[in-house]
Amino acid sequence: MADDIRTPQAEPVDEYEREPVPQRAWLGFSSFVGQYAGEHTAGTELMIGPLFIASGVSAIDVVGGLFVGNLLAVLSWVFLTAPIAVRARLTLYFQLEKICGRKLVTVYNLANGVMFCFLAGAMVTVNATAAGVWLHIAMPGLNDTYPNSAGWVATVLVMGVLMTVVAAYGYKVVARIANIAAPWMVLVFIAYGIIGARQLGIDSVSTFWPKAQELIWTGGLPLAGRAKFTFWHVMFFAWFCNMAMHIGMADLSVFRYARKSWYAVGSAAGMYLGHFVAWLAASILYAQQLHATPGNTDVLPGPLAYNAAGIAGVLCVIVAGWTTANPTIYRAGLAFQAISPSSSRYRVTLFTGGVATLAGMFPAIAMKLLDFVALYGLVLMPMGAVVFVDFWLAKRCGFRSNYADVSGTDVNWAAGLAWVLTLGGCLAVVNMGGSQIYFVGLPGWFAAAALYIVLSRLLQRKAVQL
Amino acid sequence: MKTAARLLSLVALAGTILPPVLFFTGHMDLDATKLWMLVATIVWFAATPVWMDR
Repeated sequence: MADDIRTPQAEPVDEYEREPVPQRAWLGFSSFVGQYAGEHTAGTELMIGPLFIASGVSAIDVVGGLFVGNLLAVLSWVFLTAPIAVRARLTLYFQLEKICGRKLVTVYNLANGVMFCFLAGAMVTVNATAAGVWLHIAMPGLNDTYPNSAGWVATVLVMGVLMTVVAAYGYKVVARIANIAAPWMVLVFIAYGIIGARQLGIDSVSTFWPKAQELIWTGGLPLAGRAKFTFWHVMFFAWFCNMAMHIGMADLSVFRYARKSWYAVGSAAGMYLGHFVAWLAASILYAQQLHATPGNTDVLPGPLAYNAAGIAGVLCVIVAGWTTANPTIYRAGLAFQAISPSSSRYRVTLFTGGVATLAGMFPAIAMKLLDFVALYGLVLMPMGAVVFVDFWLAKRCGFRSNYADVSGTDVNWAAGLAWVLTLGGCLAVVNMGGSQIYFVGLPGWFAAAALYIVLSRLLQRKAVQL
Repeated sequence: MKTAARLLSLVALAGTILPPVLFFTGHMDLDATKLWMLVATIVWFAATPVWMDR
């Protein structure tokens, strides 16, 4: 997923941050296949798969929803993100700065950095469950919000400090391990599913589907405190769990290196390996746990992986968690550093890792990961609509694109208000019970686009009159 | 050297996925599956850095 964070294969790109990527630095199709396959097979996939089961999803709904949702995610990268990326060849941040102004981009960076911190916190949580297999500590349950034992706090602290120090001082080492581990990790995730299926009593491919409907994705009642998931929940979750990256346009920074916009098809490797195979495999492990020990609803990736694949399984959880937490912490640090450019990158990364570690002690983030990931996308999505409209529709709609760059303003209020009003409106609808969080992203994107057009026309006309 | 390492990596990948398949078909027990997966993991991380991304 999300899990799901940028560029674990190489050090985050610091080149061409304020200029278009030159032709000599453009990359081929295979670079994007490898990058997306690696970064979307993360430790947090082992949280998401079980949470589908906890939400009482049926077999046809989960398989169909994931297939369609992931397809829509790939199409979003191909038709919305990449065409702008290969034309402008700028980072999201620089493009936003031209549209929104420096101060507004600073606020965006702050929001981005905070969300990255919490996401990294969930990854620390996942890794602590792996360490907990050997330490025999009391680990959190499905509905726990606060840390439930001193042993848990100490384990998260140790894992978080190790990850933070490495993110600050040994980024390249972990990035290289991520590269090396990717093919092995994908196979171990597949192995989880195969072993879990056999443990459930499925002993042939032909009996898999009927048994899956009966034993794995039964479509029964959700566990206590969970919303019931249908096809639409799964489809929208799969489509929008990376909403910040595709329709939110964060991956402009990735595809600005692509020779052709269709290279975004490479994102399918990540979607169908990580967000299809890995989620289904993790689901099977959790169903096996519920079958073998009824009443044990804990979603603990470490023990789940250990029961299926032993030490290799736990190592996979640690490597998958670490190699995705590494760039997440690093990028959160970069986002904060943009706010305070004079701070040392190492200090900022250490601070960021500290916040992530603290967040990781609270299991609520990991145990409510479906909701958190949906919120994360929602917070950043409106700015994607602003970029899309500004790039393609500004002239046709009668206002100037890159308005902050042209006018020299620090805050383009049309973009700022479109962001805040859309986010506020979406959250109000969710809080008033009008819709679940998974469903507000799509209308929210169109609302942000419409607001940006109307407000830009109003504000730019007013500016001309003055 | 690199060719041998590549070959070992391929064997390690096969060693990661074949034991679960054999367990699924009833030709290997779970303990042996876990052990072979661990051995394959060690071989993968020993052999692959020799040729990948250098």
